Amino acid sequence: MEAQALHIPDNEQYRELKRFIDASREVPGPLIQVLHRAQKIFGYLPLEVQHFVARELNVSLSRVFGVVTFYNFFRMDPIGDHIVNMCLGTACHVKGASEIIKALEKELGIQVGGTTADRFYTLSTARCFGACGLAPVLMLDEEVHGRLNPQKAVQILREMKARTAAAAREGVVKDKEEK
Amino acid sequence: MSVFRTHVLLPVDEGTAQAGVFEVKRRLEKELQARKLQGEVKVLESGSVGIVGRGVILAVYPDRMVYFNIHEDDIPRIIDEHLLKGRVVAGLEHAPVAAMAAGTAGARVGLTREQRRIVLDKAWTVDPENINEVLATGGYKALERIFTEKSSPEAVIEEIKKSGLRGRGGAGFPTGMKWEFTRKAAGEDKYVICNADEGEPGTFKDRLILEGDPHKLIEAMTIAGYAIGASRGFVYIRGEYQLSIERLGKAIAQANEYGLLGKNILESGFSFELEIKKGAGAYVCGEETALIESLEGKRGNPRVKPPYPVTHGLWQKPTAVNNVETLANVPAIIANGAEWFRRIGTDKCPGTKVFTILGHVEYPGLVETDMGTPLREIIFGYGGGIRGGKKFKAALLGGAAGVFLSEKLLDVRMDFESLKENKAVLGSGAVLVMDEGTSIADMLFSIAKFFAHESCGQCAPCRIGTRQILNIAYRIRQGNGRAGDAETMLRLAETMFKSSLCPLGQSLIMPVRSALENFKEEFALAGGQAVKS
Repeated sequence: MEAQALHIPDNEQYRELKRFIDASREVPGPLIQVLHRAQKIFGYLPLEVQHFVARELNVSLSRVFGVVTFYNFFRMDPIGDHIVNMCLGTACHVKGASEIIKALEKELGIQVGGTTADRFYTLSTARCFGACGLAPVLMLDEEVHGRLNPQKAVQILREMKARTAAAAREGVVKDKEEK
Repeated sequence: MSVFRTHVLLPVDEGTAQAGVFEVKRRLEKELQARKLQGEVKVLESGSVGIVGRGVILAVYPDRMVYFNIHEDDIPRIIDEHLLKGRVVAGLEHAPVAAMAAGTAGARVGLTREQRRIVLDKAWTVDPENINEVLATGGYKALERIFTEKSSPEAVIEEIKKSGLRGRGGAGFPTGMKWEFTRKAAGEDKYVICNADEGEPGTFKDRLILEGDPHKLIEAMTIAGYAIGASRGFVYIRGEYQLSIERLGKAIAQANEYGLLGKNILESGFSFELEIKKGAGAYVCGEETALIESLEGKRGNPRVKPPYPVTHGLWQKPTAVNNVETLANVPAIIANGAEWFRRIGTDKCPGTKVFTILGHVEYPGLVETDMGTPLREIIFGYGGGIRGGKKFKAALLGGAAGVFLSEKLLDVRMDFESLKENKAVLGSGAVLVMDEGTSIADMLFSIAKFFAHESCGQCAPCRIGTRQILNIAYRIRQGNGRAGDAETMLRLAETMFKSSLCPLGQSLIMPVRSALENFKEEFALAGGQAVKS
């Protein structure tokens, strides 16, 4: 039963993961490092990937699932092109992080944890980033934006969206010119 | 190898990045090229200074002068005046490096006033990615001393014991004793782990060390490995600390290449391998046994203690787990001797402590100063007092698992002993300052929410207790407190303190009790009859 239910597509993503797993077999306790890599490859960790990791590492699926759901960093749902991570640490809280969250939820029309319909933004929260001097802060993908207020935070998201749209338009124009 | 007559350092952190440090760097490189000075002046990115809100910071060496609030348009002036003519540019905010890096008195107020930097001595004044600079400024001297003087591992442990160094992660356990227990524990395989899962809200001290001076950590861990008889070490770093992971990774590679790490270090016959493990985001993994579980690739559920990691740690082998800041003290102690270290700080807590000053202060940021410095000096001296001329209301010490102190305790000395006498904790060294407009009930709610989210759920007192306290804190914050709420909250927290498995559940009592005791009126007000007066 189990073996049949587990149909893993043979594609480059899985092959890459397999290579990483093979290389880390000698290391004791590689599960978390393998999951880090898997999430880098797939963007998230759907059950299918967890099945694959469990089988390859010869551990139970429940063990893999347990680890995936324990740590903040691992996700089981696909995310948008850009992640907005609002810090909810004490220093950010005292400087009004919850007001910013409300403004972002309103702007994007989603709740924390959700992804916009166009898959552009995922709104998430995190514990302290260690950038407390700039509180309140959010991380847009890898970049930290600090000393925010609700207006500024919304502005940052709008600018990112506008930039992406402009870049896309330019790309279309270029494509046409090349043709 | 070309020799540069001048080095320009650009400390990089979120603050300076936002202020445009990379634009300044590009402009600087462009202007230097235009003046054909690129062979004479070297531009480097260094670790954070720990000062926030002073814009892009630029330091010129060997002149040892720092400029603040630099804009890219200031660059031509800096080059023409300072780099070519050797004159400090008038009109730009500046200070000598010494005032900030090591400590001759600079400003009286703010983060540029005198500090004593031991663990952060090189944190932004060298290129962290260049081992030669580290070696030229005294790096790996302690390691060299151990092997040239042929000190025995026991002698190293004795020196650390004599120094009185105590763990800087929060608990304050004597480091030398921890090493001795690990050394004496039965078994061949032993490990050194550096806890760099810095997750206490409001804390970023370890990150400055990791990003600014990663070689210091490598040297310290190698010394620890030698002392306890371990041949392998792991640095468990928060996954979010991407730059720390990169810089430490590069530093490890360089140390290996120079024979300061790896096989037969400095021809001593001692070998030590160091590896980075990336965490996956769980506050509880800052607890040492949870961290060990996580290193083994499992859920970060804390273990039942005893046995302690010193006898049954990673893979059930004897393991010494030390915080980054603790380890960063080790090279200086070995190089300068325990006596030197004991002269700093207080009798029972020698040395310095790195504090992060946050919240409603004029100058948020980070300072390293003597243990036992009064809280007032940290908030009003270094932090510059309350922002916007408002009044001080409270300070939350030690992160989320910390205590709320009122004005009455502003003169408490910041060391393990004095704080304990006042029912407070030093914790990670975070000092979150709140002005008169802050609601303590709201802060307590935020902390309760944090604990409820981060409880690993393994033991019932913590899993259920955090949730119940959150419910009560929520209704008090909403102004719907009921009679007896405060007492219930306190009783729950006390039960958690007595019966939880690990410090996460055990420490919620700290913020709960201190908020209720020190800000009684507020809970009476916010919670209707929540506190019987």
